[in-house]
Amino acid sequence: MRDLHLSLNQTQRVRLQAALDQLESDASSTAASAASVTVADTIPVNHEDNILKGHGTSDLDGQVVATLCGVVERVNKLVYVRALRSRYKPEVGDIIVGRVIEVAPKRWRLEINFSQDAVLMLSSMNLPDGIQRRRTAVDELNMRSIFIENDFICAEVRGFQHDGSLHLQARSQKYGKLEKGQLLTVPPYLVKRRKQHFHHLEQYDVDLILGCNGFVWVGQHVDTTTKESTLLSDEPSDKEETNNAVPPETRRNICRIANAIRLLSVIGLTLSVESVTETVEESVRANVQINEMLGAEFYVQTVEREAQRRASLVRKRR
Amino acid sequence: MEYVNPLTGLRIDGRRPTEMRHLKAQIGVVSKADGSALFEMGNTRVIAAVYGPREVQNKGQQMNNTEALVRCEYSMANFSTGDRARKPKGDRRSTEISLVIRQTMEACILTKLMPRSQIDIFVQVLQADGGTRSACINAATLALADAGIPMRDIVTSCSAGYLCTMPLLDLNYAEDSAGGPDVTVGILAKMDKVTLLQMDAKLPLDTFETVMQLAIEGCKAIAQYIREIMLQNTKQLECRRGS
Repeated sequence: MRDLHLSLNQTQRVRLQAALDQLESDASSTAASAASVTVADTIPVNHEDNILKGHGTSDLDGQVVATLCGVVERVNKLVYVRALRSRYKPEVGDIIVGRVIEVAPKRWRLEINFSQDAVLMLSSMNLPDGIQRRRTAVDELNMRSIFIENDFICAEVRGFQHDGSLHLQARSQKYGKLEKGQLLTVPPYLVKRRKQHFHHLEQYDVDLILGCNGFVWVGQHVDTTTKESTLLSDEPSDKEETNNAVPPETRRNICRIANAIRLLSVIGLTLSVESVTETVEESVRANVQINEMLGAEFYVQTVEREAQRRASLVRKRR
Repeated sequence: MEYVNPLTGLRIDGRRPTEMRHLKAQIGVVSKADGSALFEMGNTRVIAAVYGPREVQNKGQQMNNTEALVRCEYSMANFSTGDRARKPKGDRRSTEISLVIRQTMEACILTKLMPRSQIDIFVQVLQADGGTRSACINAATLALADAGIPMRDIVTSCSAGYLCTMPLLDLNYAEDSAGGPDVTVGILAKMDKVTLLQMDAKLPLDTFETVMQLAIEGCKAIAQYIREIMLQNTKQLECRRGS
């Protein structure tokens, strides 16, 4: 257990062990753990087929040997090892959340849980007045008014640079600076690539962005259809809008959703909108205080619920 | 002082000459690190944390931009030895052991796969009872595997000595400070290659070969244990994650 140091009493320990055993037995019935390998394990391959050795494998005396701890995946002739806990592996078109660490000439450098920092060019970013024009030297001098160090930005991966670092773009209205919320870091393998990464939870008035790099943003809902970048505007009415404090009810909802994500990532369950909303609803139904969501009792209950859910899925499949 | 009892053939802690201390390992102890592990060999307890691959912090240190830069830092906690240590970092022994661990791990990490990045390995000794170097290397291997950093093979390390005309495996502090020779061996377990070989004091060549062979046997046993721990951890993570 990585983050939470919980003191479980005897019954909770027994219940937790029973639920975890049930999870493990369900998984083995789907043969997921059969393909696990560790470093320097030989991967069984049929040597007659011309097997393509993918990521996480290497050749040792004609045998295919794993270089990572993970699960062996086979796709037609490709054999590769999918590592579980590792840094983010980017793909073009991924939606990520990054933190600005440097304002450099004509670009911002973002930290995104990758082996190198990503670059967001000034030309890949919408100007505050929204006009599409050539970036001038004045724009370059005003970069600091758009994003500054330690701002959180939502962007999309545009491609790779020649040295392997990422090139980002934030041209659409839904990308850009993230305000009035919390950022959570979870292991990237828990965030699956889906069609939608931006979620608007209506009943809580909260935006949830599941970045593929493991940075998850939970914040007050921002209406992107009527969003106008008021960053350089001097009208007092717009300034009032952006300076409005977040109401306490929304703050509580943000904290509850954030705690649900923390709990799911500590247990090791895949993060999705469904699992997060289910955990939040369950905590509201059971009248769990927001801070108690990270406590021992709710932790054990969540694991038990997940074990039951998977068992019912397996039964349905049969 | 008799380190091996002539009547029973047992050492001062009750082990047989070719018996290793009890091993225990735990993965994922430092939550902020990309990979971490706690490794115990008897009373020696060591914690390793790995950060990386991440952006190179000091551009001046980046020699080669086709490979990852591996940095290692060894330190002993103040409370790890019998007498509370004065300055646990920066003294000659720590610098030497940091260098040794760095070279050992660099030999097994596939640095060419992660150019322009940096991998930091921090090892700290929580309890020192002989064999800290070996425990650090074993802990670092586990931490690197936890962080998902590609490696050629599992590196394990073990020490052996020669006291009372008998080769002894896995010396503890009392046996180590007896003044006899202490051979530390680090091997790539599957490829059967030696990456670390250190000895203090003198030994005749044939005795040295026996002692080194004993240490290699110890390394292989540790590799077996480490492999089981890694496999168990991988299976656990995978089945919790679900489909």
